[in-house]
Amino acid sequence: MSTQPILELKNVHSGYGSIKALKGISLKVMPGEIVAIIGANGAGKSTTLMTICGIVKVEKGEILYQGKVINKVPPEKLPTMGLCQVPEGRRIFPRLTVMENLRLGAFYRDDTNQIMKDIQYSYEMFPILGERKSQKGGTLSGGEQQMLAIARALMTKPKVLLLDEPSLGLAPIIVQQIFDIISQINKEEGVTILLVEQNANLALQAASRGYVVETGEITLEDEAQALLSNSKIREAYLGE
Amino acid sequence: MEYFIQQLINGITLGGMYALIALGYTMVYGVIQLINFAHGEFFAAGGYVGAIALGYFSGLGYMETHPIICLTASFAMSMAYCAYLAVGVEKIAYKPLRKESRLAALLSALGMSIFLSNGLMLTQGVYDAVYPSELFQGRFDFGMVTISYLQIMIVSLTACLLVGLNLLVFKTKVGMAMRATAQDKTMSALVAIGSNRIISLTFAIGAGLACAAGIMYGLYYGSVRYDMGFVPGIKAFAAAVLGGIGNITGAMLGGLIIGMVEIFGAGYISSEYKDVFAFIILIAVLYFKPTGIMGENIDDTRV
Repeated sequence: MSTQPILELKNVHSGYGSIKALKGISLKVMPGEIVAIIGANGAGKSTTLMTICGIVKVEKGEILYQGKVINKVPPEKLPTMGLCQVPEGRRIFPRLTVMENLRLGAFYRDDTNQIMKDIQYSYEMFPILGERKSQKGGTLSGGEQQMLAIARALMTKPKVLLLDEPSLGLAPIIVQQIFDIISQINKEEGVTILLVEQNANLALQAASRGYVVETGEITLEDEAQALLSNSKIREAYLGE
Repeated sequence: MEYFIQQLINGITLGGMYALIALGYTMVYGVIQLINFAHGEFFAAGGYVGAIALGYFSGLGYMETHPIICLTASFAMSMAYCAYLAVGVEKIAYKPLRKESRLAALLSALGMSIFLSNGLMLTQGVYDAVYPSELFQGRFDFGMVTISYLQIMIVSLTACLLVGLNLLVFKTKVGMAMRATAQDKTMSALVAIGSNRIISLTFAIGAGLACAAGIMYGLYYGSVRYDMGFVPGIKAFAAAVLGGIGNITGAMLGGLIIGMVEIFGAGYISSEYKDVFAFIILIAVLYFKPTGIMGENIDDTRV
């Protein structure tokens, strides 16, 4: 992997007012990779993703996407450039139907025919969404909402997909299903994935590399397999 | 009985105008949780621009020969003017305060209302501006009940605008984006919906509808005044609260109810107190069902 990273953070600081959530995060994501960010609650994992997406403003440092600095790009422009996030808690539009949620994923696109095909493809990938297409998003179960959130993000035609806690609050069998889909999206569609998870075991099994975040800083960076066998990691995050 | 039907027709006419104004309150509230107290001024501004446009066509003598074209052109130009005015007001008075407390924007709205109303007074004078009277002179008589052509025009145009708005909000992509922005602005940004554009659009549509109501008011009552935005504005606000603030169908329903109550109250109780009835309803709603008729529980038709 000698090519240039598709997404790179260089010493990124950000926060909410006087609260500094990120204190110099640096990381690289290569095209085609699945990279996991693991860490405890409140370590700054979600803030990292929200900062990449421009929702939380960068105070210091640089975020590069495809070699270009995107610190100042308005958040609503990023999905049109191929950078998309499935946020924590999925954030389905509760009073819009499943179909409308998917349609909005393609908000910036004008290719109506292809959009309709892509929606059909979503229903093939997630048959339950096809069955519930006229239902309001808020009436779906957690697992169904997570599927809808991923399908909606895929409608933006992402090159890089940021996933925040896809396993949160889901039954183990559903979690496995979601992670299979994540691998499938990466392998078959060639989408690069940056994954944030508290479930470190799952995340590192799916990922090729991982970063460990503690109180707004990267404390460890390694191949996923190496992190999985690292005794400190096993103790702190894998419950051993 | 005839008297009742007559009042019913008058009530629908007035109620439709209130509904058009109430939509602006409810849509803006739905999207940015602000009670735009300057909204009544778009109604007044619309009444004036309409008077100017129609007066101009009338002076040229086109009104006799091409009444429909003159009317359509006047409505279109005035609504466009008010839409731009509202977008400007939002950029100047509300956008800089979006991250501040809601109270700040609310006070800014009150200030904007006074500013716009006084601006209208300074530029247009304190006296009534008269509407040309040659439009829609005829009427139908059914025994004791009369329906003027003007009433038919007002009610049908109102119905068209209400249907059009419903189609826009519930059937188009941009309407979908409006509803999404109302529900979750951060998530909307993550699917490439720029909330600033949607907010501007919401203000533009609301002001356009209020403007149409202002012209109808001018045509119906024959004249407009610089301060005419205040009372109908507050009544339309009462209508929006009655329907459930943030809910489009609720605002339409609330407007009709307030119009009816006002006309029937004036007809059967006392016309001296006609302005009071809307506020009695407002107080009753706030007391017994603060969420309004369609509020919260039935939230499918929120913006």
